[in-house]
Amino acid sequence: MAAILKGIVATSVLSSSSDFVPKGVQLPSLKSLPVSERKGGFLVDGSDAKVVPVSNARARSAGRLVAANAVAAEKSAASTASKTGGHELLLFEALREGLEEEMDRDPRVCVMGEDVGHYGGSYKVTKGLAKKYGDLRVLDTPIAENSFTGMAVGAAMTGLRPIVEGMNMGFLLLAFNQISNNCGMLHYTSGGQFKIPIVIRGPGGVGRQLGAEHSQRLESYFQSIPGIQMVACSTPYNAKGLMKAAIRSENPVILFEHVLLYNLKERIPDEEYVLSLEEAEMVRPGEHVTILTYSRMRYHVMQAAKTLVNKGYDPEVIDIRSLKPFDLYTIGNSVKKTHRVLIVEECMRTGGIGASLTAAINENFHDYLDAPVVCLSSQDVPTPYAGTLEEWTVVQPAQIVTAVEQLCR
Amino acid sequence: MGFLGKLNHSFLGFHQRNSSLVSPIDESYRNAVVVLNNAMALFSVRCSESTLAEAQRDSRYDEHENQILDFPGGQVTFTSEMRFISESPEKRTKCYQVLDDNGRPILGTSFQPLSKEFAVRMYSNMVTLQTMDTIFYEAQRQGRISFYVTSNGEEAINIASAAALTFDDVVLPQYREPGVLLWRGFTLQEFANQCFGNKGDNGKGRQMPIHYGSKKLNYFTVSSTIATQLPQAVGAAYSLKMDSKDACVITYFGDGGTSEGDFHAALNFAAVMGAPVIFICRNNGWAISTPTSEQFRSDGIVVRGQAYGVRSIRVDGNDALAVYTAVQTAREMAISEHRPILIEALTYRVGHHSTSDDSTKYRPVDEIEHWRMARDPVTRFRKWVEWNGWWSDEDESELRSSARKQILHAIQVAEKVEKPPLSDLFTDVYDHLPSNLLEQERLLRETIKRHPQDYPPEVPM
Repeated sequence: MAAILKGIVATSVLSSSSDFVPKGVQLPSLKSLPVSERKGGFLVDGSDAKVVPVSNARARSAGRLVAANAVAAEKSAASTASKTGGHELLLFEALREGLEEEMDRDPRVCVMGEDVGHYGGSYKVTKGLAKKYGDLRVLDTPIAENSFTGMAVGAAMTGLRPIVEGMNMGFLLLAFNQISNNCGMLHYTSGGQFKIPIVIRGPGGVGRQLGAEHSQRLESYFQSIPGIQMVACSTPYNAKGLMKAAIRSENPVILFEHVLLYNLKERIPDEEYVLSLEEAEMVRPGEHVTILTYSRMRYHVMQAAKTLVNKGYDPEVIDIRSLKPFDLYTIGNSVKKTHRVLIVEECMRTGGIGASLTAAINENFHDYLDAPVVCLSSQDVPTPYAGTLEEWTVVQPAQIVTAVEQLCR
Repeated sequence: MGFLGKLNHSFLGFHQRNSSLVSPIDESYRNAVVVLNNAMALFSVRCSESTLAEAQRDSRYDEHENQILDFPGGQVTFTSEMRFISESPEKRTKCYQVLDDNGRPILGTSFQPLSKEFAVRMYSNMVTLQTMDTIFYEAQRQGRISFYVTSNGEEAINIASAAALTFDDVVLPQYREPGVLLWRGFTLQEFANQCFGNKGDNGKGRQMPIHYGSKKLNYFTVSSTIATQLPQAVGAAYSLKMDSKDACVITYFGDGGTSEGDFHAALNFAAVMGAPVIFICRNNGWAISTPTSEQFRSDGIVVRGQAYGVRSIRVDGNDALAVYTAVQTAREMAISEHRPILIEALTYRVGHHSTSDDSTKYRPVDEIEHWRMARDPVTRFRKWVEWNGWWSDEDESELRSSARKQILHAIQVAEKVEKPPLSDLFTDVYDHLPSNLLEQERLLRETIKRHPQDYPPEVPM
């Protein structure tokens, strides 16, 4: 009953920067998939722009939450974005658009963080919202991350749907206690009485010489907290869709943005759409090797892909998007096809998303692998300030090309 | 050069004006003048109404020819006398008390009058709480439950504060406030169910004993972490304020909890945001083995309120009427004026920190006995109730034996109730079971099937 609709749509030019892929980024395909027959039953209900009620045996008791309120898009199959229609905007504007639509839709949605109100947020994601919704719904907080995260937890337990903005993901290390001990746990320890539908978001990752403390990759630390979900956006299209999905989710969701991706430009649909929080994005289908990546590294990978194509390789690039839980269905299908996996991440080598993903793939798809899983990550060093050194702590396209060549030997 | 910076008192009514900034420093000013530049715009934008640079000198003089100057945050008067504020006040903040040790109202005192029914209800709850604590503690010692925390000596704080609230007021406890739940109607059976972690527990047996929680009674589930409930209380109050509800939030913490960073930030946030929260500090003298003399050097907790701009009061925590009156007044202030209130209730932790603690190891036994006997809040309130002619010795013995019987019965029943099923290990982590947890549950069940003899028989599959 698997019906996979592929939509290949050209997008408009992304913002110019030597790091980013200028053209031809494919947008996610629509999928509606029942659970596979494989042992374990990975259940992916998801559609990028369509409501697809998926019913099957597995779905009865659980099922991953589709963005069930997603408004059906128009008939145009991969109506993710079209050359005509839609509107162009930057990634931070897409985030804001998603945020604003959700705040319009549900009066319980509110934002809190440092400088989010009148200043409009340090990356302008909340610009103009305080004026529109008032001081109380877009709340400026004093500098105490643990405390305003705690505040959001308390507000959520009392019925609101807060969005917490960390000015930089690294600052949310201060909020770890509230996130791990309360946010992730209280739904469980209260026996399901209290739910905590909060969204914690902020920019992370290595920027342009921001220094070690402002270049943290927090997805490594948060990934083992039970009770939370983690997603990472990488394009204006998925940024808006994931933001909306995260806000509508009843679980606490951490949305990882990247400092360097805020000015990416893309044309996105005018119609409302919500993405699935648990679904990966097929960026470029291929046959020879599966490259798994997320956030900024997606662009390094696509740049390397161009080189690889010229050299005669056919890489399949998947933006995993969902960091917790992994979309092992999409990933599994890809591994079964190509039998080779390369993971490209920005996390440190030790204990990062790549480390977990490697383990998951080895555990689940060992028989399908023709070669060991290769993971390219940053070194286990604090990010240096010097520009040249900083560049070499982040995986570069040349390394990706070399790794693929070695993998496919 | 100076500039206007006024402290904005009403957070709600705040509107930002444009701030333009750079003011050159005028050499003639000896005193530090804060210079606003673009980088500092963030700071000024938050609080000040307007930060237009002024072209001329801005200084005034008060009636004593002392210079007044504007700084961000308001006007300050200068003085030529260099004087440090003392680290401790000459006199400690006074403590509000209504009843003396014999349960008689102190002459000239004012307090909220109570009806006979209400007073008797309060007293019965205090006795029930005391009895419940005793019996559950003993049950733990007998090995029937794994852990317990008593609130001996703090019955007045528990019951009297709860009695002063409505059921709409949201409670965020630390862990020594089961009396609040008791007042609101949590049954003895429900207490026992939670301690035994059986199927009847609201928390589905997932937490250790005394981690009660009831959404129905507006009592947030206890979380073991210290003081994390304080900023959450501010968030809950923020939610109530957004909905303009006629309700406040009340949150409890001990003297030790005030050392946590969350205490500082919560008070600060609450003051800045005008959140209707009542912060009740049960200053019972001990944080496990750390006495207050090693916890802080301030005059208790009450003096810290002013540091954050929070109205505060010190109250005799063993005086039920004083606690009742103070909390009720605080509630009115919090809701009508949209402000937080800090109440420091002085008391003594008569019991051990928990069943994992033996406090005789770090404090003298006669000190404990003194507080248990001579300063018992339950006895004190009883004397007042009796003095009003509302209680008798027969009532007392009947109440105590009835409470004891009910609690013992509740324990017996709870002991026999089935434990929650295995599937509850995996539910409620998320709203729906994700595939990884489904898989893990499947693996677990497979393992149990292969080794049935290792699986506890009283846990249903």
